[in-house]
Amino acid sequence: MEAFFASLVSVAFHGTALGMILYVISVGLSVTMGLMGFANLAHGVFAMAGGYVLTTAISRFGAPFPLALVLAFAFVAAASVVLERLLYSRLYTASDLEQVLFTIGLIFIAVAVARFIYGTLQQPVVLPDYLKGQFALLGRDFPAYRVFIIVFSAVMVGLLWFGVERTRWGAMVRATVDNRAMAQSVGIDTKRLFTLTFALGSGLAGLGGGLGAEIIAIQPSYPFENLVYFLVVVSVGGLGSLRGPFVAALLIGIADTACKYWLPQYGAFPIYVATIAILLWRPAGLAGRHA
Amino acid sequence: MSAHAGGYSADPRIRWIESLPWIVAVAAFFALPEYLSLGARILIYILYALSLDLIVGYAGIVTLGHSAYFGLGAYVAGILAAKAGIGDPMVQLAAAAAAGALLGIGTGAIILRTKALTLLMLTLAITSVMLEIANKATALTGGADGLSGVIVAPIFGLFRFDIFGKTAYLYCLLALLIGWWLVRKMIYSPFGTSLTGVRENSLRMHAIGAPVYWRLVLVYTLSATIAGVAGGLITQTNQFVGLNVFSFESAGELLVMLILGGVGRIYGAFVGPVVYLIAQDLLAKQFPEYWYFGIGTMLVLVVMFARGGILGILDSILVKLRRRP
Repeated sequence: MEAFFASLVSVAFHGTALGMILYVISVGLSVTMGLMGFANLAHGVFAMAGGYVLTTAISRFGAPFPLALVLAFAFVAAASVVLERLLYSRLYTASDLEQVLFTIGLIFIAVAVARFIYGTLQQPVVLPDYLKGQFALLGRDFPAYRVFIIVFSAVMVGLLWFGVERTRWGAMVRATVDNRAMAQSVGIDTKRLFTLTFALGSGLAGLGGGLGAEIIAIQPSYPFENLVYFLVVVSVGGLGSLRGPFVAALLIGIADTACKYWLPQYGAFPIYVATIAILLWRPAGLAGRHA
Repeated sequence: MSAHAGGYSADPRIRWIESLPWIVAVAAFFALPEYLSLGARILIYILYALSLDLIVGYAGIVTLGHSAYFGLGAYVAGILAAKAGIGDPMVQLAAAAAAGALLGIGTGAIILRTKALTLLMLTLAITSVMLEIANKATALTGGADGLSGVIVAPIFGLFRFDIFGKTAYLYCLLALLIGWWLVRKMIYSPFGTSLTGVRENSLRMHAIGAPVYWRLVLVYTLSATIAGVAGGLITQTNQFVGLNVFSFESAGELLVMLILGGVGRIYGAFVGPVVYLIAQDLLAKQFPEYWYFGIGTMLVLVVMFARGGILGILDSILVKLRRRP
């Protein structure tokens, strides 16, 4: 019984860490899809880029870990503004098919570039000493790095929620998600709002990719392999919502960890089946408005 | 989407230019005997792209999961040949088609109730489920090692699959001819027109009383059946099935081929695979990094500047030439 309880705690803990990472990466996708209705399959590219920035900053330039995290956010956010202004913004009114194709094209390009610069091997993550050991809590030992991931992500999530619920910018975002034409006509500069929100969402993806580099391995096939996970979080959670994807990400993180721990012979099969079931039950996602 | 080749209003008779692909295919058989295995692969992908064009181009269903049906067909044919000892190619193909149809109607009936992102996500999830099954049911599928030992008996007991790939090429050509004829017939029928109607304005189709949902399920099932046949063919010609038939990359590549040729115009599905697979044969092995970079760049450029693909570009050139006095 004690052994079972210990594994239960361990699964919940590791699952929460994975779920937090998934949320930090995917929340930007949820907001941009809700705001602009843009099917951005290339969102994983931003997460991968964040991972590469972090590992390069640490191993090549010896940057301290916190600085590397800031760099991952800043780099990816800045790059995404360029992409948004140059390419994405031209396709806001295009059909779903065109957006899907365009973003698949971006994935192919990013995969090729990553392979060209870094090769196909997984990037090692050098953690600082203070994140290496174990962290004792209630008589149990937890890996310090995962504790850090959970706490840090929770702070980010809190800040984000505060920003969206309590600030003027957040009110503008919510208004635009609800009714873009109305928001425009009361004088909200939706174009600027899009760019800003896109940059923030992509930056968060970069941060999540860097933060989770040890859990979700940084390698060129990253945007392909993890795309399903990010999309599951967003579609199960509900587009344009903040809380829905949070619940979905935690559910998926914990369910995925539990499956790998107790039912390894089924792989990710139960996750996909559960996703299909949830989407059939609520096509707009857990927090989505019914269409 | 601008003017497209098919439609109820268009003249359904076969024009002379439509014989061009077949002339090229037969000429290639005699002129390029050392490239017949690539040729057979191209023919199979044309059939596969044709099935995708039916739902993406005509019915306007955006899917990332078409490889589920292709892969299922491939595995059904492979399992029959390697595990059940049924070597007859016609039986294998019929089973692949039936499997594609069954999965198509089962999944189509479910996912076509949704739309946009949810639909996209469901198609991806279904393919992922299939991939996981193929990966984990190692007793049947060989798992990550793939399924080898696929034995294909002579067609009708008469034509053996030779090592030069002559039989395989002609066999695939015949399958494509039948598939093309069916798809063309369907597109030029009232049913095909109603699909275009759904794509352009599904609300209005509902309003005039068209059974939109059932038409979509029907076309989805037909498309899945054709994809299943294409999968069966790829197993028979390769005599091997691997997990990559279900991969997201392969579904992406298929979309790339279709877009490159031109969506919603039948012959786009012919041009795209020819150009893509020949270019891949020439370039991909030497420069894998540049290859993917090129594919990605091309996709972005096609979406930005040439939404009709190669055939769309040809069309606009023709229009300009005709306008000149």
